[in-house]
Amino acid sequence: MKDKLQAIREEALAQIEKAVDLDKLNDVRVSFLGKKGQLTSVLKSMKEVAPEDRPAFGQLVNEARAQIERVLEETKEKLERQALEHRLKEEVIDVTLPAKKNNVGHRHPNTIAREEVERIFIGMGYEVVEGPEVEYDLYNFEKLNIPANHPAKDEQDTFYVTKDIVLRTQTSPVQARIMEQGKLPIRVIAPGRVFRSDEVDATHSPSFHQIEGLVVDKNITFADLKGTLEQFAKELFGENTRTKFRPHHFPFTEPSAEMDVSCFKCGGKGCRFCKGEGWIEILGCGMVHPHVFEMCGIDPEVYTGFAFGVGLERIALLKYEIDDMRLLYENDARFLKQF
Amino acid sequence: MNTTLSWVKAYVPDLDVTAQEFTDAMTLSGTKVESYLAADRDLANIVIGQIDQIERHPDADKLIVCQVNVGGGKSVQIVTGAPNVKVGDKIPVVLDGGRVAGTHDGKMTEGGIEIKKGKLRGIESNGMMCSIEELGSSRDMYPEAPEYGIYIFPEDAEVGADAVEALGLNDVTFEFEITSNRVDCFSVIGIAREAAATFRKEFHPPVVTPTGNSEQASDYVKVTIEDEELCPRYCARVVKNVHIAPSPKWMQRRLAAAGIRPINNIVDITNYVMEEYGQPMHAYDYDQLAGHEIVVRRAAKDEKFVTLDGQERTMDENVVMICDGEKAVGIGGIMGGENSMITDNVKTMLFEAACFDGTNIRLSSKRIGLRTDASAKFEKGLDPNNAQAAIDRACQLVEELGAGEVVGGMVDVYSRKKEPVRIPFEPEKINALLGTDVSEEEMLGYFKLVDLEYDAAAREVIAPTFRQDLFRTADLAEEVARFYGYDNIPTTLPSGEATAGKLPFHMRVREVAEDIAEFCGFSQGMMYSFESPKVFDKLRLPEDSPLRTAVKISNPLGEDFSIMRTTSINGMLTSLGFNYNHRNKNVRLYELGNIYLPKTLPLTELPEERMQFTLGMYGEGDFYTMKGVIEELLDKLGISGHRTYAPDTKPYLHPGRQAQVSCGEVVVGYLGEVHPLVADAYGIGEKAYVVVLDMDAVTPLATFDRKYTGIARYPAVMRDISMVVPKKILAGQIEAMINQRGGKILENCQLFDVYEGVQIKPGFKSMAYSVVFRAKDRTLEESDITAAMKKIWNGLESMGIEIRS
Repeated sequence: MKDKLQAIREEALAQIEKAVDLDKLNDVRVSFLGKKGQLTSVLKSMKEVAPEDRPAFGQLVNEARAQIERVLEETKEKLERQALEHRLKEEVIDVTLPAKKNNVGHRHPNTIAREEVERIFIGMGYEVVEGPEVEYDLYNFEKLNIPANHPAKDEQDTFYVTKDIVLRTQTSPVQARIMEQGKLPIRVIAPGRVFRSDEVDATHSPSFHQIEGLVVDKNITFADLKGTLEQFAKELFGENTRTKFRPHHFPFTEPSAEMDVSCFKCGGKGCRFCKGEGWIEILGCGMVHPHVFEMCGIDPEVYTGFAFGVGLERIALLKYEIDDMRLLYENDARFLKQF
Repeated sequence: MNTTLSWVKAYVPDLDVTAQEFTDAMTLSGTKVESYLAADRDLANIVIGQIDQIERHPDADKLIVCQVNVGGGKSVQIVTGAPNVKVGDKIPVVLDGGRVAGTHDGKMTEGGIEIKKGKLRGIESNGMMCSIEELGSSRDMYPEAPEYGIYIFPEDAEVGADAVEALGLNDVTFEFEITSNRVDCFSVIGIAREAAATFRKEFHPPVVTPTGNSEQASDYVKVTIEDEELCPRYCARVVKNVHIAPSPKWMQRRLAAAGIRPINNIVDITNYVMEEYGQPMHAYDYDQLAGHEIVVRRAAKDEKFVTLDGQERTMDENVVMICDGEKAVGIGGIMGGENSMITDNVKTMLFEAACFDGTNIRLSSKRIGLRTDASAKFEKGLDPNNAQAAIDRACQLVEELGAGEVVGGMVDVYSRKKEPVRIPFEPEKINALLGTDVSEEEMLGYFKLVDLEYDAAAREVIAPTFRQDLFRTADLAEEVARFYGYDNIPTTLPSGEATAGKLPFHMRVREVAEDIAEFCGFSQGMMYSFESPKVFDKLRLPEDSPLRTAVKISNPLGEDFSIMRTTSINGMLTSLGFNYNHRNKNVRLYELGNIYLPKTLPLTELPEERMQFTLGMYGEGDFYTMKGVIEELLDKLGISGHRTYAPDTKPYLHPGRQAQVSCGEVVVGYLGEVHPLVADAYGIGEKAYVVVLDMDAVTPLATFDRKYTGIARYPAVMRDISMVVPKKILAGQIEAMINQRGGKILENCQLFDVYEGVQIKPGFKSMAYSVVFRAKDRTLEESDITAAMKKIWNGLESMGIEIRS
């Protein structure tokens, strides 16, 4: 019996070693350790062994069984590892095949520019506010120090609905509306749509967008205006952007200025983009005119403030190098998906 | 405003700057130079030559061979076809390797044309004699130049000298952008004053010396102003024994560079003074003035008048007319009349330098449809105190040019003299406004640069009347800032109370809408706010549709932009049509924009502006794709109320494929397939779908607050209900019934199959729902489920639905 046991054990080990895959290995396990397996049958023939030898023989059988099981287990792990390696090898894909996209939509470049500007000013403690697009002449002009018969009110620039109601020509009326509410200090930006009577062409549109900014507090200075807008320019166009303030005239600010930024294409050396000037005009600004304060119920002896207005399309066109304003309103999918 | 560097230098002799330096510095001190152009930018190596000898070309009838002395003992041979030269003529010669600006027919070449020596019909030619056109100019500027042929210098021209310099072409013309508050800078003197201040050089305006004989102008003419509001001042002087002749070259050149064509000495003097002083003037033939008097009055309504360009024009009662004792002789501030214009036969003339109300001139010139150099100046609102200086300057030029005999004295009607403005000098306020620390002395120094006086005793700054922009401390602060230098003002950030930046709730909701639309594949478009009233018909709106009540623009760019939109559909369909026309496939667009709903017409108060979230699509997808976007958005916005989709009747949508969307009781919008006729009208060749959500209705329902509800711990039980349903019953009605009958343990129900077809009896459809039950606090018993299912079945059967399982 002992010899038989030894033979079975050797046979089992030999077959395990020969097993090339998990199925074969399982066959081996069944043929030796299964219910009708060879080792099982040896156990079954225990009764043929003399009773006094049975414990020792039993131990031998158990040893053999343990060994076979151990080797089976080791081999199984090895074969599994090999099988996995084989599978991974088989599963190599062509990673350069086309992607499966969800085809998400795209923001309009104008909105991207607006949200960018909003983000910068919100970070500086500004609240975003809005005002009506169809507006009283009173807010669009009168309270901004643009009295009746001012050339800026000419019909050639302004769309009129009635004598007293216009399509706002600027976002500045929001300034007057906010100041009138009388909640001080003020730090707001007001993005929105404005209208001017310009025929549609590559650089003009009868409707476009501005972002107005207004700060009113005690001790606000022109230096604060410069510092704020310089920081804005750096955040919008990059840390190396330089700014230049030029005197200008707006009826509702005094002193007034226009701000140029160093050309973000050539860094100020002069290129086709900035028409060789190295600078690009970006916005108009100034200290709130004392008369505007008076008309809006704020005491100019106590408060000072600054205001600015940025053309959104101008920024969008510059940033994305869009050469024709009409593209913004055509909504051609081939255009929109580039942003 | 255009002027040349040489003219500015005439009043700022020490100015020694390049055109670029001038441009940069002037722009930074507030006189913006838009651009400049050097007249000699394309000219090189051009000298004055003298023709010593002319021979005929042996092989060409039309050519001659000239020996030209070009100075320095050098002579060059030049072949030319010019018909007008003779021996002894002094002419501009471009030498070998030099450059001219264009051809003799006046065509300019960018960068110029290089002239090289060569052979013409076998004879060597070492340069070219130039016409004025080849030098980049014209007979407008150089009337003495021949119409065809070479420019010929006067006899005293120096042979060998630089021809460009001799012609005054070594000059630069600047174009300024003058802001409306700086009326004084619409003159060469004004620009020169700013230039002197900017470069800290001496300013030498023209010195106007007394003029006139011993007679008195008041013996010649009487002036009456009937409306001093419209004409605050009228100055008149008389010149007799007028001698009409061309004006001198220096005057012609300055005028031409400013874009004014020289005509004769008298006209040129008035134009010259207009440029120099910014004061338009007019000259009348004195002998044509009936009664030798001037009356300034308003025109009669529909008064007809023939201006000096021969056109008959119609006035209204706001136009100022200059009249003599009998008739109108000019439109005040705009244009003189044909009946009194200066001709070559004029003997005695009247100079007018008046001041008119700027706004009235602007409106009049627009109504008459006539805008002139004079009206363009007057409409800015001129300083009446400038009129006398200008008319005296004109008379001085008349004497200098020998254009006539100036009569002494001036008739001046000026009852309300404009006085200078006095502004308290408050240096500390100026520094506080600018954020600077400029000393009092420095500030006073800046004021002096631009002729602002200082009354030390009163501590007041006196702004001369030509400065119509200075009234208060802020205005003085600007003067300080621009001469201190905007660049030198420090950069700081506002101090004081910190404020929290924020985006208001309704704008956050909009951003969520944008995000959802984009996740669902829609790209953002931008549509116009105005459109044509024709869109109402295009959208098949009935005549009585409230959407036809729109805000009308009184001065639109045309019918297509004449009303403010009352619906966002047209903009979306137009954009879809544009894309379809450009063969873009599977287009999905969205827009966030206002519609404008008038409360009354004509408008007495502002219209209601409602923000619309509009989505449009054609290509892959259907009604339910669009419905999905709505559901995603309402979910994301935390809108929990019961949503209903009720069939709707919008005329621009498919009658059987549209729904009004409500959340609870609130109608938030609609969706549907575009009516095929409407799609066709917009050129969309396939099925198109739209969603319109009214953000002003959605926003109040939205919330970003979320509360976690525990994840269910007890198992769910699922049951399917399969049924045969009369066709007219909508899924929404079935779901409402299941929800109502399911009780508290009903978690949700979901449609998983709809079928209509041959296996189902006509008029019916088969539908299958899976229904999920779950209790929060226990495992459900079979009896719970059975009871609930029984209720649901009964409910459904009561609707005429046949339950199959």
